Amino acid sequence: MNDMTAPLAFAAADYKSDYKPIWCPGCGDYTVLSSVTKALAMIQRPPHEVAVVSGIGCSSRLPAYTTCYGFHGVHGRALAAGTGLKVARPDLTVIVAGGDGDGYSIGGNHFLHACRRNVDLTYIVMDNHVYGMTKGQASPTTEPDWDNKLSPGGTGVRAFHPLVIALASGANFVARAFSGDPNGTAAIIAQAIRHPGFSFVEVLSPCITFRPEQRQWKELVHAAPVAETDDPARAARRIMTDDGFNVGVLYAGSRPVYARAKEASASLAEIEAEFAL
Amino acid sequence: MERTFSLAIAGSGGAGVMTAGTLLLDAAARAGLYGLMVRTSGPQIRGGEAAALLRLGAQPVATLDDRFDLLLAIDWLNLNRFADEVPLGPGSLLVGDSDAGEPPAALLSGGARLVTLPLKKIAKRSGGGWVNMIALGLAGRCAGVPADALQAALRSSWKREAEALQANLAALAEGAAMAAGLDAPVPAPLVPPGSAPEGRWLLSGNEAAGCGAIRGGVRFVAAYPITPATELLEWMAPALSRVGGTLLQAEDELASVNMIIGASYGGVPSLTATAGPGLALMAEGIGLAVAAEVPIVVVDVMRGGPSTGIPAKSEQSDLSFAVDGLHGDAPRLVLAPTSIADCLATTEWAVQLAEALQAPALVLSDQFMGQSRAVIDKPAHDAVAAQRLVAEANAPEYRRYADTPSGVSPMAVPGTPGTVYTADGLEHSERGIPSSGAADHRKQLAKRERKLAQHDYGPHWADIEGAGELAVITFGSTTGAVREAVARAAARGTSLRLVALRLLAPLQANALDRALAGVRQVLVVEQNHGGQLLRYLKSRTDLPGRPSGLHRPGPLPLRPGELADAFVDWASARAHKEEVPA
Repeated sequence: MNDMTAPLAFAAADYKSDYKPIWCPGCGDYTVLSSVTKALAMIQRPPHEVAVVSGIGCSSRLPAYTTCYGFHGVHGRALAAGTGLKVARPDLTVIVAGGDGDGYSIGGNHFLHACRRNVDLTYIVMDNHVYGMTKGQASPTTEPDWDNKLSPGGTGVRAFHPLVIALASGANFVARAFSGDPNGTAAIIAQAIRHPGFSFVEVLSPCITFRPEQRQWKELVHAAPVAETDDPARAARRIMTDDGFNVGVLYAGSRPVYARAKEASASLAEIEAEFAL
Repeated sequence: MERTFSLAIAGSGGAGVMTAGTLLLDAAARAGLYGLMVRTSGPQIRGGEAAALLRLGAQPVATLDDRFDLLLAIDWLNLNRFADEVPLGPGSLLVGDSDAGEPPAALLSGGARLVTLPLKKIAKRSGGGWVNMIALGLAGRCAGVPADALQAALRSSWKREAEALQANLAALAEGAAMAAGLDAPVPAPLVPPGSAPEGRWLLSGNEAAGCGAIRGGVRFVAAYPITPATELLEWMAPALSRVGGTLLQAEDELASVNMIIGASYGGVPSLTATAGPGLALMAEGIGLAVAAEVPIVVVDVMRGGPSTGIPAKSEQSDLSFAVDGLHGDAPRLVLAPTSIADCLATTEWAVQLAEALQAPALVLSDQFMGQSRAVIDKPAHDAVAAQRLVAEANAPEYRRYADTPSGVSPMAVPGTPGTVYTADGLEHSERGIPSSGAADHRKQLAKRERKLAQHDYGPHWADIEGAGELAVITFGSTTGAVREAVARAAARGTSLRLVALRLLAPLQANALDRALAGVRQVLVVEQNHGGQLLRYLKSRTDLPGRPSGLHRPGPLPLRPGELADAFVDWASARAHKEEVPA
């Protein structure tokens, strides 16, 4: 435990870079960024020992807005890049960040396998139920009747349930947060980072440009009515039956974390000797 | 080339022909011979047709011969599908089982002599011995491989109970006795030296590539299983773990390439291996490695394409995709090993180049090299390794993508204080900030091109042999057959220069010009339908004269005899033509 009386080495501001985000005024992602920096200040890991990895989309711009090492890759593959980085460099704290299109649509397969692989990293999805960067198309979490140019009258396809999928796929930590509560979100992200294995934090982060009705989310969110659980059956029941605005840690498990022995046990010459006649 | 002995052991899948072939190659190596064993099989996992194709000799063997001296078939089931892969001639011996019925007519059309023997009956009589061990004893005796070497190979590979070993040693002896009892004429056996000198290795091209990767410093691999690259990964999984590295099975090739990019961004040299379909899926990720300047190595063990194509058979048809198949202006390294042994050195070099130039390197192996085993001289270990240029901690005003004269800019390793940056696939400024400005785009495009174009690749970009006014250009695994054909053409009075390209991109156009100094005409030889190397060379440089192509798709290998004939014909046609003055 940290000595509570000692001055902290890093404040939230130390994790915030001086680049101006490209986000629209009022975007929920601003407060998610501040929650991430606050969470890192709670952890007190030096910024250069943290890597923030993302794909493509509005929220995927987040890495460069921190003072951590950043990796801004291609659309949908952030979890793959983050997994490779963490497995090769287990000493780093790895945070993967992105949006609902990046993570649940084009990157959906990686989401399933990252949950079941249970590598020790934290995945933050800023979910606004819309593709913002391409100016307003339906994402996997968009309501089926949401009218838009690409799908007039709505897609007619039911929304994806990321938390249930994460739980069923084996994520070791599942939580929902709301960008309108930066301190609460920061506490959840800090807990997610500390929790071993794959930690999934879905942050409801309104896009008021294309989904102005999401301004209402602040009225709809509410704290998880029961205590967090390590029982996946209870967690599944609760997540399946909640209204999508239930905020808090919904599952914290103790599944074995993906690990590989890193100690060398043979020299290259010994391995090559096996080719000799 | 001195005399060699070519033989095939064929049978339905599960008959153990690959085991017999592997043991025969091992035994030949123990007796001091060199050799090559090519695997060929149908698409079935179990129960299909399969054949082990071997060529043994006193010198290193890089390619199959034109004809087989011996085809030993445990059964005729589906063997007609292999008839064109096992050409037989008037001097060839075709051995089958007495109770197996008639052989496919195609096998006899070349004039081979058929002998049937009670292989399975004798196997039953030998007290539990297997028919493939009868075949091994018979084939070994025909080829001149001594009985003690065959016994030693069998003993050293034996993992079951001792009584069964005795039964199979008896089966070996029965097979040899059958061979000894064959009436003349039989193909003349080899006379091996008797024992192997120090420093010989027996391995597959896939194993060699994996070993080269570890020699080059690779310590992280992520990959998805795919024929014919899987054995490379299966060899690396335990080997990498033993040297302190990690191999991770990814959910797909999109994941594998992005995983290795993530690991390499973390400072760990990284590689994946795949085949054409996987390479196609990786294209976007390879472009990311270009733009974000992350070193990665992708080994493509080529097979018949496009699409699923012919998964278990060889073809050199991913070349165009490798050199040109990325969106945007995306300079990348493309290398091709020219033999099984060279799979090691070229993969090691690819790792070093990728690391030194912070760029993706594609290695074009293929099914022929990857899945074949060969006796080789132990490859020398070149201790001079090019390394990644790493940024110092707290470098003042650190700019990850600094526009340096060489184009290579120091790459910070996460965890290092004072050099924090964001690697980006978006076009960026020198500091790595996303930029859509024309000046930044031009600067970064030129930087990424320059670092590859200006690098001194040394003498290994190609193997250049022979002299003459006519040259043959090839790349990759066809080099073995082309080299042997050039030697045969020379023996018939036709001198040809050989240029076997190892570094395909960036094309060393100036060095190629020098290698072709004095050459009037070139012939480009490759194993694909469209003449991809010919088209590539014509698009990138001015070849002398009117370049011709000799190209044929897989799965049939280009054989040295047919190539030698084609070279002599091509050369004689060129010799009598008046050249248009320049």
